[in-house]
Amino acid sequence: MNNYETVFILTPVLSEDQMKDTVKKFSKILKENGSKIINEEMWGLKKLAYPIQHKSTGFYNLFEFEAAPEAISKLETEFRRDETIMRFLTTALDKHAMAYNEKRRKGEFNKKSKSKEEVVT
Amino acid sequence: MSLQNEPINRDNKRIKYCRFKKNGIKYIDYKDPNFLLKFLNEQGKILPRRITGTSVKYQKKVSKAIKRARHIALLPYVTDSLK
Repeated sequence: MNNYETVFILTPVLSEDQMKDTVKKFSKILKENGSKIINEEMWGLKKLAYPIQHKSTGFYNLFEFEAAPEAISKLETEFRRDETIMRFLTTALDKHAMAYNEKRRKGEFNKKSKSKEEVVT
Repeated sequence: MSLQNEPINRDNKRIKYCRFKKNGIKYIDYKDPNFLLKFLNEQGKILPRRITGTSVKYQKKVSKAIKRARHIALLPYVTDSLK
């Protein structure tokens, strides 16, 4: 089991409920593949830095989870199949990233105005 | 009139340092575009090490984080008006 995190962007054309259903669908996929979700975050509707599929905004979501490497390819094929997913990014977490994420979860630094001194581990 | 060059005051030269080594930062988060903005120029290009003073080890991590942030549209690939 390794630690991963994935960020994905949903189209803004979905309603609030549809969005939540899609997020639930993916957390279900993860659980079915025997992974444990550590953290789930919804960043809400955010402006994109550049248009994707002619859309300038998107719903951002974040999963942090523990999974076997095989589960990742399954998750990513599901991401590709789903048309409401505009982008996704899955990254493996090393020990420094884990320490950082733990701090982030506890809210030791607020996301917007973080100075570099606060990131000291 | 002297034709000799004026001596340069080398003490005024600012010493560069790697901010990650100095502050003990081990992980650079790609989800935080405001922090990564320090390593980009106005066009959204990654600044070279000779300007930021970052060590090789962390410059690699910075560039990776920036590229990830670009992929999930937190930072632009090309722009004219960053900052």
